[in-house]
Amino acid sequence: MSMDYREYILDHYRDPRNYGRLENPTVHVEDSNPLCGDQVSMDLLVEGDHVTAVRFQGRGCAISQAATSMLTEMVQGKSVQEVVRLGKDDILEALGIPISPARMKCAFLGLRVLHKSLVLAGLERPEHADEHDDGL
Amino acid sequence: MQDVVEVRREPRSVEEIRGDFPILSRQVHGKPLVYLDSAASSQKPLAVIEAMNAYYRSSHANVHRGVYEISEEATEALERARTKVARFINARQSKQVIFTRNTTESINLVAYSWGWANVKAGDLIVLTTMEHHSNLVPWQLLAQRSGARLEFVPLTPEGLLQLDVYARLLEQGPKLVAFTQMSNVLGTINPVKEMIAQAHAAGAVALVDAAQSAPHLPLDVQELDADFVCFSGHKMLGPTGIGVLYGKRELLEAMPPFLGGGDMIRSVSLCSSTWNDLPWKFEAGTPAIAEAVGLGAAVDYLSTLGMDWVRQHERSITAYALERLQSVPQLQIYGPLTDELRGGVVSFSLADIHPHDLASILDQEFGVAIRAGHHCAQPLMEQLGLVATARASFYVYTLPEEIDVLVQGLRRALEIFQV
Ligand SMILES: Cc1ncc(COP(=O)(O)O)c(C=O)c1O
Repeated sequence: MSMDYREYILDHYRDPRNYGRLENPTVHVEDSNPLCGDQVSMDLLVEGDHVTAVRFQGRGCAISQAATSMLTEMVQGKSVQEVVRLGKDDILEALGIPISPARMKCAFLGLRVLHKSLVLAGLERPEHADEHDDGL
Repeated sequence: MQDVVEVRREPRSVEEIRGDFPILSRQVHGKPLVYLDSAASSQKPLAVIEAMNAYYRSSHANVHRGVYEISEEATEALERARTKVARFINARQSKQVIFTRNTTESINLVAYSWGWANVKAGDLIVLTTMEHHSNLVPWQLLAQRSGARLEFVPLTPEGLLQLDVYARLLEQGPKLVAFTQMSNVLGTINPVKEMIAQAHAAGAVALVDAAQSAPHLPLDVQELDADFVCFSGHKMLGPTGIGVLYGKRELLEAMPPFLGGGDMIRSVSLCSSTWNDLPWKFEAGTPAIAEAVGLGAAVDYLSTLGMDWVRQHERSITAYALERLQSVPQLQIYGPLTDELRGGVVSFSLADIHPHDLASILDQEFGVAIRAGHHCAQPLMEQLGLVATARASFYVYTLPEEIDVLVQGLRRALEIFQV
């Protein structure tokens, strides 16, 4: 098993999409990976039943930051119903490379922040969000 | 013409030493393993693995209790291991060697037992900003419970302790000073002998975190005149689950027990007990007997190599690594740049590549195992203005060729990240 750093991953790392903050987000959540210190914060703007805007900021490895950047592209403009369903498989598919077990927690950091945001905004039940938490 | 004036034991070649470590012949991701994470935990020679194996195969029973043959053998094996460790660090008596699980437990034992009895509200404890969390958090807990104060010796830009600040802190009459002999991040070797003498002149008790030094430097606790010395078996070729607290006898004897239970008592009635003698007063419950035997075999192995040779070998590998790493563009090394002041630990960062990405590339494309992260020293990371670094560390089995593979991997990472 080899984890190669494809060009599009490096591109998301170097030039993250939807990077920054929102003026008046519906919800803002930050989280970090206690083991390696990777950080991600996310702003969501929910209007009606759609996530109309998303921004993130972060610091960390290429996997955690690229995965979060890709995730924001999946979130932007989607219905809340669709966003709530985003899971680990969507992240792995977007990354498109084998992720070693030790790096899974990097890959899913942004996802965890997203689901925390949805819970905080009252759009997702906490039990449901727990399924996206890798327990770290 | 050569005159043979004395018979010297020829040091064995590193290649030969490597043959003693079965794991070093394995492959990872189809490449030979290049293990550069010995500061986290060392690999184990056959002598250690087989000593533990033999113990379980032929002599295991509980210790200090049975009157039958194999229990006596087990007790003897445990106490023989203690004697070996005592000799290895030149303790005056074996009973000054207390077996714990690891460095962390040894430090906690002192913080709870000695700390609880001796540290009062307003007292000062002096630490340094390069400490591992395990020589920081136990003192934070003690300070919270007792109302004591913590002060820290800061670092110079090269990563050495600011000894003038240390001297000034000592003027405030601390109860205890606790510092590492070698930083697990910067590799800095601290002048602990002088620091201990200064601490004693100021009336303080001195604890040395020897987790990184006991495996790599000749260690003589009497010469250092240390009050407490803590280290872990697993970083010095021994098994996990066994560590050591060395203490001066008067201090250990005056300390209340840490954990209560079997083995640590002399007599027990329902409402009170009296304590066993050293070292058993501090070894409640059934000890890690096989692990102690393994540690005994590990110090035998190190003694056969000779700790002066170990230090010499690591110095030359470190000098080579410092030189080769400095040839890599955009590579920043943290800590002193001379092998004289540094143990076999080199932390670095490369361009804007996150250490985790580096470690993944090195692992998967080159079979190189390095550490990436905060190395359990978050306050130090913060001083360096970093969240994480990459760290390569060396031991008796490290070859210069392995440094070459590391450097090749770092150059490849620069290519992948297009910097
Ligand atoms: C300087 C230092 N102190 C303490 C420790 C803790 O050792 P252990 O985890 O074996 O208790 C380590 C190990 O990483 C260390 O490097």
